[in-house]
Amino acid sequence: MTKAVSPVPLLKILLRNTLRHKLRTALTIAAVAVAILAFGMLRTVVDAWYAGVEASSATRLVTRNAISLIFYLPISYREKIQALPGVKGVSYGNWFGGIYKEEKNFFPNFAIEPKGYLELYPEIILTDEERSAFYRDRKGSIAGRKLAERFGWKVGDRVTLKGTLFQGQWEFVIRGIYKGRDKNTDEGIFLFHWDYLNEVLKRQMPGLADHVGYFVIGINEPSMAPEISKAVDSLFKNSLAETLTETERAFNLSFVAMTEAIVLAIELVSYVVILIIMAVSANTMAMTARERTREYAVFKTLGFRGRHIAFMIFGESFMINLTGCIIGILATFPAAEAFSNALSQLFPVFNVATETLVMDLLAAIIVATVAAIVPTFRATGTKIAEGLRRIV
Amino acid sequence: MGLILLYSLRNLMTRRLTTALTAGGMAMVVFVFATVLMLSEGLRQTLVSTGMDDNVVVIRKGSQVEVQSSIERAKASLIETLPEIATDEHGNRLVAREILVLIVMPRRADGKQGNVTIRGITARSAALRPQVRLIEGRMPREGSSELMVGKAIAEKFSGGGLGETLRFARRDWQVVGIFEAGNRAYSSEIWGDREQMMQAFRRPVDSSVIFRLRDGAAFESVKQVIESDPRLMLEAKRETRYYEEQSEMMSKFLSILGLSLSTIFSIGAVIGAMITMYAAVASRTAEIGTLRALGFGRTTVLFAFLCESLLLGLIGGIAGVFLASFMQLLTISTMNWQTFSELTFCFAMNYGIVFKSLAFSMLMGITGGLLPAFRAARRDIVEALRTA
Repeated sequence: MTKAVSPVPLLKILLRNTLRHKLRTALTIAAVAVAILAFGMLRTVVDAWYAGVEASSATRLVTRNAISLIFYLPISYREKIQALPGVKGVSYGNWFGGIYKEEKNFFPNFAIEPKGYLELYPEIILTDEERSAFYRDRKGSIAGRKLAERFGWKVGDRVTLKGTLFQGQWEFVIRGIYKGRDKNTDEGIFLFHWDYLNEVLKRQMPGLADHVGYFVIGINEPSMAPEISKAVDSLFKNSLAETLTETERAFNLSFVAMTEAIVLAIELVSYVVILIIMAVSANTMAMTARERTREYAVFKTLGFRGRHIAFMIFGESFMINLTGCIIGILATFPAAEAFSNALSQLFPVFNVATETLVMDLLAAIIVATVAAIVPTFRATGTKIAEGLRRIV
Repeated sequence: MGLILLYSLRNLMTRRLTTALTAGGMAMVVFVFATVLMLSEGLRQTLVSTGMDDNVVVIRKGSQVEVQSSIERAKASLIETLPEIATDEHGNRLVAREILVLIVMPRRADGKQGNVTIRGITARSAALRPQVRLIEGRMPREGSSELMVGKAIAEKFSGGGLGETLRFARRDWQVVGIFEAGNRAYSSEIWGDREQMMQAFRRPVDSSVIFRLRDGAAFESVKQVIESDPRLMLEAKRETRYYEEQSEMMSKFLSILGLSLSTIFSIGAVIGAMITMYAAVASRTAEIGTLRALGFGRTTVLFAFLCESLLLGLIGGIAGVFLASFMQLLTISTMNWQTFSELTFCFAMNYGIVFKSLAFSMLMGITGGLLPAFRAARRDIVEALRTA
């Protein structure tokens, strides 16, 4: 008897059923699409938080003062580090913390030793003219493409930053606007000559002169990182300024870890939206199935079995949720684009990852399944006579 | 009117599963909404209550926080001589030079690092902050490598407990006391002797000078005196204002995040309510016809369905606020971007948040119910009765 029911009419019924309550179906699809969009965006925010970690190179180490980043290291350390075997190049920099006009215009700005630095960061792309112009001008600076767009800076413009860590108004000339080599390169950074900072410090705060915030060490072999790190730190063990050396990745990760509570909260919230949509979807399916109790009884008298009815309910749930999911995914890209433009200072790198899309799809499948379970049990468990008698 | 309300309530009771699912969806939106507001409020409360109105913080001009500031000894001495500074009952002037630095410490839970504030204190530091209470051990002795640790740090960071030893700046430091300052920023600090800190960290400058005003109203004139002196290059802030500013960036971030998330999430819940209410209207066509035939007007029918969706929203709102209230048991510990250091704070609920959350949930209910209610009200009596 069961063989008499081929899947083709079932599919047809399923499709018709889905389109029976057009408004309800459309509303549910819209809700699912919004939820998937929100879920995808939240996952992307979490990814953006870790963008710096992802962009870090395996061939760079960062050395800083072991106490904390607010303490500096003498510049004389550079030569000692340079002499270690396996070290390709050493550069250095200071977090400057300057403010452009107003505090809300925040962007990261560093005083760096230009030549070595740009060699260690091949992902910073400048034209040859820009590069040599930057090297030549002691008050020269380079800015990332996104940062320059944000404030409308062009090569040759004068930019003044107000010092927070270092007093005074600091004037710079933009000598280059760099592009990122990779998709996840931060194009929102401002770099200038460490020498410029140091000269002023010699006059203003001599105690801080000839000190740097951190060293960046380029190494030949990523596998040598642990040994070289140890070698650097033991060089300065028991000195006035002990060091802590780690891979760039670990260094960046330690920053993210400090605000981990917030990332965790965003991650949790992204699951809440799935729960919300689960409730909405389950409600739609429950309502639909309840309204059709009598029909299911008729189907059963005609010889359809419980699994056929289950197939119809699950099929409808999947049809609605997957359609919503696809719309949500399609909307994620323009939304991410808009979000990235609006908040480029907070999240300089904001890309939708493939894993996010997989998660979207997985979430939709889970929601569709959960939404169909209870109505299916109710529909298949109802006896024919009861179902026929039932008033909805 | 009572009849109509009862009718709405009964309808919700009859379709329990649908009611629970719809209200549940809204409850979760309200939960997110309330939680983020509570977080933002908790952060604000922590920092605002940290300061005292009559205390003044003096830092270097342009440096926004104590950690970034440095004040040479000579300048600090000038501040100490200001006549407006209050004295205690023994005639001591209530002023303290302090040094603030950050050290990296590993967490007890997972070994991950956090930036912890260390405050080098002087004789009057504690008297300037009556909110700080020693709860275990004793105060660090002057001229020794002893520390007292804020409760939040003692609990969360390795080496911060009573009797433990911290190693930094080439020295071992004994933890001899644990102090508590309620939900205030001090609970996330470590205090030790200023002179010892200066030597160990090789920092011969102070970070800030804190003093109590003899007369709170004199603040503006003192500020004027300090900030107009070209030798000093310092700025003065009321302590309350100083700490409030530190909460601004994160608080704003949390509010914007929370509001945009709840708005987007609410679309889902509103659609859920709409589906439910449309179904309610559709399955009760005959009842609507009967109500109209009995003489109830279109507005009454509209009102009945709006009431129902409002109730639905309210149920969701109450459930959401109830769930969110449990969040008050949790504390959250994160780096404050503005100070670059660890700060522990709680989720704080207040009437404003409860009110906003319930209003938000009812708004969701009304928005979802509006179109279906209009559809119900527009039904023609005869046709509606015939569908039965």
